[in-house]
Formats: sequence, structure tokens, C-alpha cells
Amino acid sequence: MNDYIQFQNVTFAYEIEGEAPKPVLKDFSLNVYAGEFVAVLGHNGCGKSTVAKLCNGIELPQKGKVLVDGLDTADEEKLLTIRQRVGMVFQNPDNQIVATIVEDDVAFGPENLGVDPSEIRRRVDDALKRVDMYDFRRFEPHNLSGGQKQRVAIAGVIAMQPACIVLDEPTAMLDPRGRKDVMETVKMLNREHGITVVLITHYMDEAAQADRVVVMDHGKVLLDGTPRQVFARGETLKQAGLDVPQATALAALLQRDGLDVPADVLTVDELADAIAAAKR
Amino acid sequence: MTDPILETRNLTYTYAPKTANEVTAIREISVAIERGTLVGIIGHTGSGKSTLIEHFNGLKKATSGVVLLDGRDIWENKKEIRQVRFRVGVCFQYPEYQLFEETVYKDVAFGPKNMGLSEEEIDRRVREVLSFVGLEERYLELSPFDLSGGEKRRVAIAGIMAMEPQVLVLDEPCAGLDPKGRATVLAMIENYQKTTGSTVVVVSHSMEDIASIADRILVMNKAGLAFFGTVEEVFSHAEALVAMGLDIPQMTQLCLKLRARGFDLPETFYTVEQAHGAILACLKKEGTA
Ligand SMILES: Nc1ncnc2c1ncn2[C@@H]1O[C@H](COP(=O)(O)OP(=O)(O)OP(=O)(O)O)[C@@H](O)[C@H]1O
Ligand SMILES: Nc1ncnc2c1ncn2[C@@H]1O[C@H](COP(=O)(O)OP(=O)(O)OP(=O)(O)O)[C@@H](O)[C@H]1O
Ligand SMILES: [Mg+2]
Ligand SMILES: [Mg+2]
Repeated sequence: MNDYIQFQNVTFAYEIEGEAPKPVLKDFSLNVYAGEFVAVLGHNGCGKSTVAKLCNGIELPQKGKVLVDGLDTADEEKLLTIRQRVGMVFQNPDNQIVATIVEDDVAFGPENLGVDPSEIRRRVDDALKRVDMYDFRRFEPHNLSGGQKQRVAIAGVIAMQPACIVLDEPTAMLDPRGRKDVMETVKMLNREHGITVVLITHYMDEAAQADRVVVMDHGKVLLDGTPRQVFARGETLKQAGLDVPQATALAALLQRDGLDVPADVLTVDELADAIAAAKR
Repeated sequence: MTDPILETRNLTYTYAPKTANEVTAIREISVAIERGTLVGIIGHTGSGKSTLIEHFNGLKKATSGVVLLDGRDIWENKKEIRQVRFRVGVCFQYPEYQLFEETVYKDVAFGPKNMGLSEEEIDRRVREVLSFVGLEERYLELSPFDLSGGEKRRVAIAGIMAMEPQVLVLDEPCAGLDPKGRATVLAMIENYQKTTGSTVVVVSHSMEDIASIADRILVMNKAGLAFFGTVEEVFSHAEALVAMGLDIPQMTQLCLKLRARGFDLPETFYTVEQAHGAILACLKKEGTA
């Protein structure tokens, strides 16, 4: 497996006026492999968004290196290339919206990459349809509801077709169908188009759908493994301010009561099967 | 039992009226919120939830229809709208819209200060409420703009709670919080309702959260009111909810799946705790566990 993004012993602190810098990340190392779908979990303030911003050079490490497809984010000449390869969806969509009309906003990314106008048209329409915002293409983004803005931001990054997408809590403001649609779109981009996906989320059941889950705690990697491996560590996760999916939590309770269900179920479907099997 | 603290009658609001961008975000909404209850609001993206609750304390003025607080039209006397805002506290969906002071302390103190409380009382409330939302002392002097997303959310909620409003209205209070923060804030909201007897309104996209705290659920769909009833009533409309872009809680999905496999589960469950009890009881009855 090839590394797509490499954090090599990264130390990073925000500069706050009149205060000694307190590192958010300290000697932080992490490799994201090309083509994988990795979910990043961690308590509020542990450094997830900071990691995202380091991925495409919005912030630069004070020590250590961040490499994207082998390119150093500290190398100014490479920054444009890096940003073409790593698309971002920020935590607050307001920070992302640049144009005054929805479709122009979605077109902004591909335009900057110099994509052919007819191809842009096709990509914009396709991306807006994917997030179910095509009917709003002529709207002004600031007049949209919270969830609608978030969908536009996601469409923007889909239209860029980058090699890697970093999404910072993309579903935080979405309704249940919107959440499902985003997860399906992300999985489709990953599986069918081979796009590397880094998904930051506070929803355990979304993380359960990734190939790999990285758990951060106070600027360090606490756990790193498949969803089944990571969610088997309920106690460790709780201590880090996190949890397990509801199905996993219930399985653990039933198991403790002597019922023969495996503790590593992740979904409601798996749990229903397991309970039915235990009954027989 | 009817003793509504907050009531809307035929509330309608249109953005950008008579322009090409005209949108009627809520249409003819009539609901009565009983004193001391916890009401959850769910609804698809863009269904009008935020628009609706921004009417509760006069942040928005209806195109037509009225909002009654304790039986009185909140706009009856324009000068009193300030008082209404102390009695009905609304916490916005994006905390960024609410945070503006230089320090976290000043931000949380802003509401109580406006209410004309004494310095000591303000200080007491600020410290209490910040520890309530899980922020340590060291945050007091930080700038709210230098905080992470979840930290900002906690400060915004603290700022509204510090006013100790009779009606506490929270738009997506748990969005962006980590699971522990989510559980803390939910417990805090329930606790606020129980200990002060206040009325609470919570907007959320998490069916699980709403099921675990709400006494009644209000469902918005395409600017209209789809359902307003108990947790049991509302989540019995699984198909209709899914068709509206919503869902039923995960544990309720499990309940339906188990029933379809012949499990005898007389009471529908909504939370992990309820599911645990119900499944054990069912298996015991059948002699498996
Ligand atoms: N612009 C900034 N200036 C100073 N400190 C900051 C800034 N942004 C974030 N921080 C601090 O850095 C730490 C890490 O923040 P970060 O935004 O990476 O957290 P996070 O894991 O994304 O949290 P959340 O889940 O709440 O979004 C936090 O303690 C935060 O207060
Ligand atoms: N400032 C505005 N100008 C014009 N239209 C607006 C404005 N704000 C919201 N709208 C429109 O009003 C409708 C309702 O928006 P509202 O924000 O109340 O929805 P919501 O249910 O809170 O959605 P979400 O779950 O995404 O937060 C949407 O169609 C939205 O596009
Ligand atoms: Mg963040
Ligand atoms: Mg809203």
C-alpha cells in the first residue's frame, strides 16, 4: 500500500498573542494510504480539524513534515498541486462558500483547476444532483438553511474530483436521509473512483462504515485499526470521551447477561441476526 | 392538561417576499407548548425548524399569525420584546453567530449583564454554567474565536443558560459535540427542565437524542406541521418519517426487525436501556435466557 498523506513527527501549536504556545499536536505521526477510507474520531479539541488543515497546507507544522503524495506541504511551489489533490469540506460551511450563486460556488473549484467549461457544467450538475441540491442551483447560498449549505459545500468538493477528500464533520447538520446520502456518496467516491477519504466525525455509526478508524486523544493517536477492532475497546473509548455504536453497546450488555451474542457487532442488522441466532 | 406557556397561531413566514427568491419557510403553524415540558423538533433539512423557533422570542416577526407567551402576543407592546428575550432564550444552530465578545467569560456574562444582574450573581452564574457544560477554568480568558467547534458550541449554550430563561430553546445543541459532550449536554438539558420546571425546546437531527429526552415531538415537513405528539405516537409513523427524509431511532429499528422475526415485544423501545430490558424480558418469557 502506498502512503498518500504522511504526518512525520509533527508538532503544531497555534500562536495566541501574549501566551506561550501550547502544542495541539506533539510528535504526531500518521499515514493515510492511497485509496483507503479512514475515519478520524476524538474528543472536542483533540486536534482533528488541525490535522485536516495540515493536510493541504492551510497550517504548517513547526516541527516534522506533512507529505501529500510525496510533496512537502511546506514547499510553497507545491502548494497549488497539493490543494488540487486534496479537497476539503470544512466544519462550518460558511467558511467555505465563496460565490453568490450556488452553482457558481460549486464551479469555483474546477474553474480554478482550469477544467473545460462544458466539463465544468457536467460536473456541477452531477455534484448538485448527488447531494439533492440541483433545484437550488440558482439560489444565493447565504439564504440556505444550515443543512443545505453543508450539502453545497460537499458538492463543491465532489466537482473538483480530487485524488483525496478530507471531510470535517460533513454530516453534523444533516437530516437522517442527508447523512445516509453523504455516506453513500463518500463510499461510492472511494470504492468506484478510488478516491482516498479522510472522514472526521462524532457519529460512531459513520466511523463503523470506514475501512479504518483512527482515534485521537489530546493530540495523539490512541487507537488505530478496523472498526471492529476499535469498537471492541468500549472502555478505552469512553475514557477518551467517545462511545461505541448503539448496536455494539447493546450487544455488550446482552453478552454480560450471558446471552450468546458476539461483542463486535456494529450495525442494527447484525445485532438482530445475532439475537435471533442466540434465541434458537 | 392544557396550560400552554408558548403558543403559535397560524404562524407564517416568507423570506424575500415578492421577489424571485421568495420562500415561505413556515406555513400556518399552530402549536401549543405545555408549561414544563420538553419538546423535540425534528424535520428534514430546510423544513423550517430554525425559522419557526426564531419566532419564539421575536428574533423574527411573522408575516402573518401570532406567538403567545403566557397567553399574550409577544409583539403586543414592542418595547417589551427585550423582556421576552430574557424569558425565552434561543441558542442558534451555528454558535459562531452568537459569540462576539473578546473572552469566553464576557461572552457568557453578556446575557445576565443585559438583564441587569449584580456582578456577584453574574460571576456565580458564569462559573456555574461553564462547569455545567464541561469547560474548565482555563477557558474563561480565551477568545471564543480560538476554540474548536465543539468548544464554541458549549460556550454558546452556556451563554443562554446563564440567563435562566423560562423557555430554553436550543437549535441543534449537540451538533459537533463528542459523545461524552453530547451525553453531558442532554443530561444538562433534562436537568434544567426538571430542577427549574422550565420549558425546553430542542431542535435536532438525531432521532436517538430526541427519543431519549423529549416528552413530545413536533415534526416539520416542507414548511408545514406534520405531527405533534408523544414519542410513541410520532415514531409509530416510521414509513411517513422515512419518506420525509427522517427516520426512527436505531433501537426502534431493531425492535421492528426483531418483531418481524417473531419476537414478542409488546412495548416499542427507543433507547439502548429500554431495548436491553425489553429483550431480556422477552427471552426470559420464552425461556432462552
Ligand atoms: N485558531 C486557533 N487559535 C488558537 N487555538 C486554537 C485555534 N483553533 C483551535 N485551537 C485550539 O486547538 C485545539 C485543537 O483544536 P481543533 O479545532 O483541531 O479540535 P477538534 O478535534 O477539531 O475539535 P472539535 O471536535 O471540537 O471540532 C483546541 O484546544 C482549540 O481550542
Ligand atoms: N435568510 C434567508 N433568506 C431566504 N430564504 C431562507 C433564509 N433562511 C432560510 N431560508 C429558506 O427557508 C427554508 C427553511 O429554512 P430553515 O433554516 O428554517 O430550515 P431548517 O429546518 O432549520 O433546516 P436545517 O435542518 O438545514 O437547519 C429553507 O428552504 C431555506 O432555504
Ligand atoms: Mg473540529
Ligand atoms: Mg436549521
